[in-house]
Amino acid sequence: MKALLIRDLRLGVRAGGGLGLGLAFFLIVVVLVPFAVGSNTDLLSRIAPGVLWIGALLACLLSLDRILALDFEDGTLDLLATAPLPLEAALSVKALAHWITTGLPLVLAAPVLGVLMNLPPQGFLWLVVSLFLGTPALSVIGTFGAALTVGIKRGGLLLSLLVLPLYVPTLIFGAEAARRGAIGADVGTPMLLMAAITAGAIALMPFASAAALRINLR
Amino acid sequence: MNLTITDLTIARGGMPVLAGLSFNLMPGQALILRGPNGSGKTTLLRTIAGLQPCVAGTIDAGEDQIAYAAHSDGLKAMLSVTENLRFWAEVFGQDNIEPALTAFDLTGLQDRLAGTLSAGQKRRLGLARLLVTGRPIWVLDEPTVSLDAASVALFANAVRTHLGQGGIALIATHIDLGISEATVLDVGPFAAKPNARFGTSDEAFL
Amino acid sequence: MSLWEYANPVKFLRLSERVLPALWFFAVTSICTGLVWGFFFTPDERLQGSTFKIIFLHVPAALMAINAWFMMLLASVIWLIRRHHVSALAAKAAAPVGMCLTLIALVTGAIWGQPIWGTWWVWDPRLTSFLILFLFYLGYIALWEAIEDPDTAADLTSVLCLVGSVFAVLSRYAVQFWNQGLHQGTSVPIATGERSVSDVFFIPLVIAMAGFGLLFLALVLYRTGTEIRIRRTAALLARDLSREGAR
Repeated sequence: MKALLIRDLRLGVRAGGGLGLGLAFFLIVVVLVPFAVGSNTDLLSRIAPGVLWIGALLACLLSLDRILALDFEDGTLDLLATAPLPLEAALSVKALAHWITTGLPLVLAAPVLGVLMNLPPQGFLWLVVSLFLGTPALSVIGTFGAALTVGIKRGGLLLSLLVLPLYVPTLIFGAEAARRGAIGADVGTPMLLMAAITAGAIALMPFASAAALRINLR
Repeated sequence: MNLTITDLTIARGGMPVLAGLSFNLMPGQALILRGPNGSGKTTLLRTIAGLQPCVAGTIDAGEDQIAYAAHSDGLKAMLSVTENLRFWAEVFGQDNIEPALTAFDLTGLQDRLAGTLSAGQKRRLGLARLLVTGRPIWVLDEPTVSLDAASVALFANAVRTHLGQGGIALIATHIDLGISEATVLDVGPFAAKPNARFGTSDEAFL
Repeated sequence: MSLWEYANPVKFLRLSERVLPALWFFAVTSICTGLVWGFFFTPDERLQGSTFKIIFLHVPAALMAINAWFMMLLASVIWLIRRHHVSALAAKAAAPVGMCLTLIALVTGAIWGQPIWGTWWVWDPRLTSFLILFLFYLGYIALWEAIEDPDTAADLTSVLCLVGSVFAVLSRYAVQFWNQGLHQGTSVPIATGERSVSDVFFIPLVIAMAGFGLLFLALVLYRTGTEIRIRRTAALLARDLSREGAR
């Protein structure tokens, strides 16, 4: 398992691995928002938690098909399926690699972008915490979507259509936690609920993802 | 560990392809599969490797005994030869990649990125992977594509060594590998009739 | 005479051919009766006037939209466990019907709410949940269309239906939580289950609901029959081609 993780991380950081792409996309989305809604700092600071969450979510979405499609095309998935590693474990590791190379950088970049969006000072901590706890769910659920669409040519758009509705609960609770943190209210309930969804997703989604992948490898 | 196939029926895209296939391979034996394109050799090998379920019959090969190699080599272009091999070695629980590098004459290419290799070199690397799996049963689909005569000889040597150590090889190939221990099986006679019914009456309309 | 007999496509087609004409008839008459009675022969509601009567469309459509998803879930599970093709095709057939019903529920919901809210849309928890359900239907149908091999498509869409159902339930609660946090919009009694309507509305409502149920059944039977015939034709063609090749 460790070998797979190291390999995926190595591939992620080398040329063509798409490491900076997610971050760049996050930045661009956040920069576009004031152009669309006006530069009124009150408005921006009110919508900042939500906009940052959506930016992070979309940036995660973009890099999802890399998780599986490349390995599918060069035959690695077939070989992994015959390896002693259970497919569920392999997919969990791939989701983890995705989170480390995409989700985690977004979490770290969020405070900087929060400044651009006039996020209130007390909101920074809660934004980062909510993203830290929520982005793993995005990676794991996204892996499921990738497993469903791995055999489909140009399946990226379909992948987004399938995965975005599944992101709704995490988005609702995560953005709400960030928002409450920004106005100084109690973040307990939404944060806990979102963490619960993340925990459940990490535990259960690999089984669904492995089932979908096995179907596609037939 | 033997490889025993009994009365196997396999399907591709819902249609039966081969039916009633049986054979038994003991350690040290090799079987060459022959047959025209589309006759089901690839489907047969994938089914035996465990990638797809068979429709009827049994495949007895023990747990985790099979190493599968096919058209796609499973190589990552941005990793070096050593990194690629070492990854597969660790996944399959083995340590030493030196024998694999030597057997396929890759020692000089150790640190080259796999993406910069020629087609023949990539194929040699893909086959070298078999040696680091440490598994006794090799299931190979057209392994000699892209290989020149010298490399084919290297590959045949590797297979002979593997058989000598008690391994089993099941290979679909058009080429004469010069492995005297191998028997040849033509899959043509086992072609399934298109109307072959299998499963419940539910399939009646398929 | 077990229900499983109808997993045999030939028997299923025969049954649906016998049953469909009557089913269409009763479905159409129920709906017409329910709607005409509800629209024209009931008094205007005290608070909401005559737009209230849109519930005769809204409630049955919304109810069947959810039931359609349940039926797809059940059919998907049957496919995954017992591999009956009729089941998988029934789920595929039901999806567009469910999607249209959801759309009707959304539009009629908006029409109902407009005089009260003053705008055509408000992010009321129930309406929002239906919007999310609509997205799930879209994804399910898109996945069926994107995959060539029918058995693989059936398997993948079944898995999606299962996972999607879990998330649909999660979203329902998440959306309820979410709307609490926003400013209390006018809570509109857009309820798919509220029985606080008086008897005068109740009976035509029930008739309309029954009619929609029968309509759904008829549409699914009809469309499943079509899907079976499509598969059969494709299989015959494939068999013909392979025979040609063998010559």
